[in-house]
Amino acid sequence: MASINYLNEPKGIKSWLLTLDHKRIGLLYLFGIMTAFFLGGVFAMLLRLELLSPGKDFFDADTYNQLFTLHGAVMIFLFIIPSIPAILGNFVLPLMIGAKDVAFPRLNLASWYIYVFGSLVALYSIITGAADTGWTFYTPYSTQTGTSVIAMTLGAFILGFSSIFTGLNFIVTIHKLRAPGMTWFNMPLFVWALYATAIIQVLATPVLGITLLLLIIERVAGIGIFDPAMGGDPVLFQHFFWFYSHPAVYIMILPGMGIISELIATFAHKRIFGYKAIAFSSLGIAFAGFLVWGHHMFVSGQSELAAMIFSFLTFFVGIPSGIKVFNWVATLYKGSISFEAPMLYALSFLILFTIGGLTGIFLGALSVDVHLHDTYFVVAHFHYVMMGGTVMAFLGGLHYWWPKMWGRMYNRLWARISVALIFVGFNMTFFTQFILGAKGMPRRYYNYLDQYQPLHGFSSVGSWVMAVGFVIMAVYLIHAIFRGRPAGSNPWGALTLEWTTPSPPLHENFPQTPKLTHGPYDYDTVTAPMT
Amino acid sequence: MSHTAEHSSFLAHHFSDAEQQRESAKLGMWIFLLTEILLFGGLFVAYAIYRAWNPDMFHNAHYQLDLRLGTINTIVLITSSLTMALAIRSMQLGNKKGTIRNLILTLALASVFLIIKYFEYSHKIHLGQLPGKFYTFTGIEGNNPHVFFSVYFLMTGLHGIHVTAGMGVIGWILYRTARNHFSTQYYTPIEMTGLYWHLVDLIWIFLFPLFYLIG
Amino acid sequence: MSKPASTHVPHILPLKVYLSVAVALLVFTVITVYISTLNFGPFNLVVAMIIAAIKATLVALFFMHLRYDSKLYMIIFVAAVMFLAVFIILTMFDTMARDKIYDVKARPINPMAGMYDSLTVSQPHSVPDTAALHRQLPADTSGKGH
Repeated sequence: MASINYLNEPKGIKSWLLTLDHKRIGLLYLFGIMTAFFLGGVFAMLLRLELLSPGKDFFDADTYNQLFTLHGAVMIFLFIIPSIPAILGNFVLPLMIGAKDVAFPRLNLASWYIYVFGSLVALYSIITGAADTGWTFYTPYSTQTGTSVIAMTLGAFILGFSSIFTGLNFIVTIHKLRAPGMTWFNMPLFVWALYATAIIQVLATPVLGITLLLLIIERVAGIGIFDPAMGGDPVLFQHFFWFYSHPAVYIMILPGMGIISELIATFAHKRIFGYKAIAFSSLGIAFAGFLVWGHHMFVSGQSELAAMIFSFLTFFVGIPSGIKVFNWVATLYKGSISFEAPMLYALSFLILFTIGGLTGIFLGALSVDVHLHDTYFVVAHFHYVMMGGTVMAFLGGLHYWWPKMWGRMYNRLWARISVALIFVGFNMTFFTQFILGAKGMPRRYYNYLDQYQPLHGFSSVGSWVMAVGFVIMAVYLIHAIFRGRPAGSNPWGALTLEWTTPSPPLHENFPQTPKLTHGPYDYDTVTAPMT
Repeated sequence: MSHTAEHSSFLAHHFSDAEQQRESAKLGMWIFLLTEILLFGGLFVAYAIYRAWNPDMFHNAHYQLDLRLGTINTIVLITSSLTMALAIRSMQLGNKKGTIRNLILTLALASVFLIIKYFEYSHKIHLGQLPGKFYTFTGIEGNNPHVFFSVYFLMTGLHGIHVTAGMGVIGWILYRTARNHFSTQYYTPIEMTGLYWHLVDLIWIFLFPLFYLIG
Repeated sequence: MSKPASTHVPHILPLKVYLSVAVALLVFTVITVYISTLNFGPFNLVVAMIIAAIKATLVALFFMHLRYDSKLYMIIFVAAVMFLAVFIILTMFDTMARDKIYDVKARPINPMAGMYDSLTVSQPHSVPDTAALHRQLPADTSGKGH
């Protein structure tokens, strides 16, 4: 490309590895996080392969335990928590609010290096005998097993700092670096979602830090805090762990919800319904998310009083989530919808997240959970929320901003084919697991009774359909970077600020400080030419 | 603008003016302090729960801590907080010498704190009043007295690490002050260090009664 | 006033404020140490925590300038303490109520279920003698059709 932009100036590998430009750091994250996604995906495919038929097919029970732990830990700590904030948030947040960069660019680069270092420490555990505890590292098993729990937990501990620094950076950026005229209620909803996410990141992640540190010290030195043999309490570990990890599921889903708000308004060409309700429901979810962690522990031996309180409080999380889904559907109503690939992802999100959310209500109900706990019903539920929700939103956002990142458009037909394959494959894989769980198939076993074989087999075939979709996506997205046809500055006709600057953007984002002339969703009064 | 030349030395390219940069740094610092509070928070939860389960054991065990040394350390740390605050005030008044003097005083007091802590720790190690499976002391009545020392060493240890880190940062800004990096117009790093140091003091203000006074 | 708007005018507290806060902190330290030597039973904890909270507030308001700075910092500080309180309180709903068994659980929900206690226990690790179990059940529960 002839014009000077952030991609081609300055040149050289060093200019990338030492860059302070939020857009380049976003791409560095893209590289690291997609590698983690690929790894986690390979682990998932291996798990499904083993589960194709009962009995030992490829791995023994211990290897299987290590594989599902790796799949969970890699997908959660290395992929899904950083995915949307660190890649898309880093790239578009300053663009969306008209800033030149995030508030602390050096800290931003540091958090990428911390991410890489933490990931390597976590993956180092594969060499030393991968942990077989599940990604939750429950004591006392995690202090006794001979596998490499310390490398994995130390990795997650280090990754926590990366997450904290990203959140800190975003909060300050949103407070202090908005362009003139960019009031709080002129901010795109993705920015609101990132703000709510960042609040959880800085509030909850330190507790994960101290939890994992205690676990490591317990394992190394035997201090007896979590060891029942020494007067410690293993259930206390679960409290510590879920005080972070429940809010963490909102770290995962909230930014996805923000992307969906952008996609639905843009592709329905309509003012978003209930802007303030969506904005505040993000904060509501962030807050309520801190009060419900005990619903992961209904069968752990926590007191019945606590279980009842946590079950009661859990239902409140449904309210702000319900508000959002209602508002998105209301935005679609009478909109002129264009079914571009990002919009197909948004619609997939609406369907899958609603299923995932509603089954979450079942599981939050104390008495139902006692029956469904640790079955495939739970596995299906969180894959509907995490993959059907967050990953769909992430992919939608990736397709939405891909032309902005690279200045080139991918093949739109192949994009639609791939989203269809992923949607179908996803439902084949995971809806089946609701049925398996309801029939009593427990999670985390490499073996099962013959009666579950047809459903397990179908689920595994679904995972292959999904994999084909992902391979196609990887091909056309990478192809677009080098051979795609040039995309204009605003291929979707969207109204937020990032589409007013050239694609790919300049080093400091805008030719001059942008002036806000309209709100982010004024589709009823403003028409942006598609360029 | 007459002061542009003066500002350009520290104003980063993506801020529109020094005030925006200063406020951003301060907001970032406060959020960092919030993460610190929650990091210690986990240990406070552990303390609260184990104390609520074993009130008598905690009470008996706390007599093993040296109240005299604990009180002296509290006074030392509070005084160091004062000298830190005065270091910032001196720079606000443009008194570089005052800043340097107060920072050195703060460093000295922090060292005294750590030295006293060292004597306390070595005494405990000598008696076998150690966490978890290393506990060999026999003079405390009640269930699992090693849990008291687990929590004690974890909390004061983490606090001690923060004191040490704070000393490193204070040393660094002492060096920068001596190199004339700061003025009445720009002293944000000193101010941020001060906030951090006060938080370390603030956490000790809670650790002291919880361990030395009531157990 | 006559300075350009972007010149930083630091908010400088009088020396007297810093010194009096420090003196107050030291006085409170002495008080709390003295009180700990008296015995109020469980109130020792309450008194010690109140004094610690007063000291912490003094440090935050004056040394950390919370009293004079933007309200936002105050909100952040209070939020940290508040979420810590949520953490402690909700966890204690569990740890302080572990051994409580509610009436519902103390009685069998199904009064007929009591009969299982009177059954003879089969040999450990062997197949349960279901035939014996069915023989002892009354007709209306076992006759549901198997």
